Amino acid sequence: MSINWYKYASPASFYFLAGKMIPFFSVAAVIFLVVGLYIGFFVAPTDFQQGEAYRIIFIHVPAAWMSMFLYLVMAFWAGIGLAFNTRLSSMVATAIAPTGAMFTFLALWTGAWWGKPMWGTWWVWDARLTSELILLFLYIGFMSLQAAIDDPRRADKAGAIIALVGVVNIPIIYFSVQWWNTLHQGASVSLTQSPKMATTMLAGMLIMSLAAWMYSIVMVLMRTRVIILERERHTAWVAELKGATR
Amino acid sequence: MKPRHKKMAIIALSVTALTSAAILVLNVFQSNLVFFFSPTQVAANEAPVGKSFRIGGIVEEGSLKRIDNSTTIAFAVTDTSEAIQVVYTGILPDLFKEGKGVVAQGKIADDGIFYADEVLAKHDENYMPPEAASALEQAAKAQKASLIQQEQ
Repeated sequence: MSINWYKYASPASFYFLAGKMIPFFSVAAVIFLVVGLYIGFFVAPTDFQQGEAYRIIFIHVPAAWMSMFLYLVMAFWAGIGLAFNTRLSSMVATAIAPTGAMFTFLALWTGAWWGKPMWGTWWVWDARLTSELILLFLYIGFMSLQAAIDDPRRADKAGAIIALVGVVNIPIIYFSVQWWNTLHQGASVSLTQSPKMATTMLAGMLIMSLAAWMYSIVMVLMRTRVIILERERHTAWVAELKGATR
Repeated sequence: MKPRHKKMAIIALSVTALTSAAILVLNVFQSNLVFFFSPTQVAANEAPVGKSFRIGGIVEEGSLKRIDNSTTIAFAVTDTSEAIQVVYTGILPDLFKEGKGVVAQGKIADDGIFYADEVLAKHDENYMPPEAASALEQAAKAQKASLIQQEQ
């Protein structure tokens, strides 16, 4: 049996598919969040140099990872929408931006709270912190540009260009701690080296990352559904949906 | 050329142009984005003269001294090949310790001493329970001892 994937590129069928997926991912998000926080606060040991304060890592690192990853996904779908004129891809890109911006803000905020007791400062203009701040501006720029253009198709195109240009910032954020002298330390977890963390600490952080993934999927699906309804409000199927709920 | 292909070509071209622009900008940044200088760089006169800058390295073991029971302290910042004497008055971050990372902002005076007006702690990327850390330390000590024995 072959599935006709193209069917789901149509906003109408995606609307219903997304509606079916949301409950599963919501449950998964809650489970991962509860397990992750439990490990983070009660199972993971105290750190040898930072004591209990290091536990902010369980929010900070998943948020920072998600902020970069969501940007790549957003730029990918915006680019697909620009290249192939597929409506749904652009809608997904628009739906990702607020969640990406939220995680970027969370990473910066928890980083400041962590920096004050450990480094002795809320903020420094080193390469890692500065490039992550630029990421927040890119998200905000993408959202405000799209909000400023009335015609959704033109807004999609303009947004896609910002999103694609901004992709260059992602490797800069990621490798900033290797390329330049920064106050921020190097990566504890990377694809090429074994993790520099105790196993339970790592487990807590990875489970919290999964929670962040699930949460993002739920938020993006929900937001995409709203965007679909808004843009397709003049179509027959939305009218039918409206009739059915009345 | 079909219009669609032409469009793709334009997109590919602009992405290439933007990427090369970014690479060029990065190259320029490379020399300006230095958050701190290492003692070796300072010794090689790479750090700005007469201006405030940051030095970074390890607080040299056994170099930390408190001056006259005040909040003024003196210590050496080292990168194992060069060391610089630093004097600082003020509150230190919790993680400031001998043998640990530090970034200090200030100026080098004529006497060759770096007078810092801000001292920040730079910790490493390792996270582990204290027991594991002390076990590692023991192992390192044992290894060092056996190396010395072999040399003798």
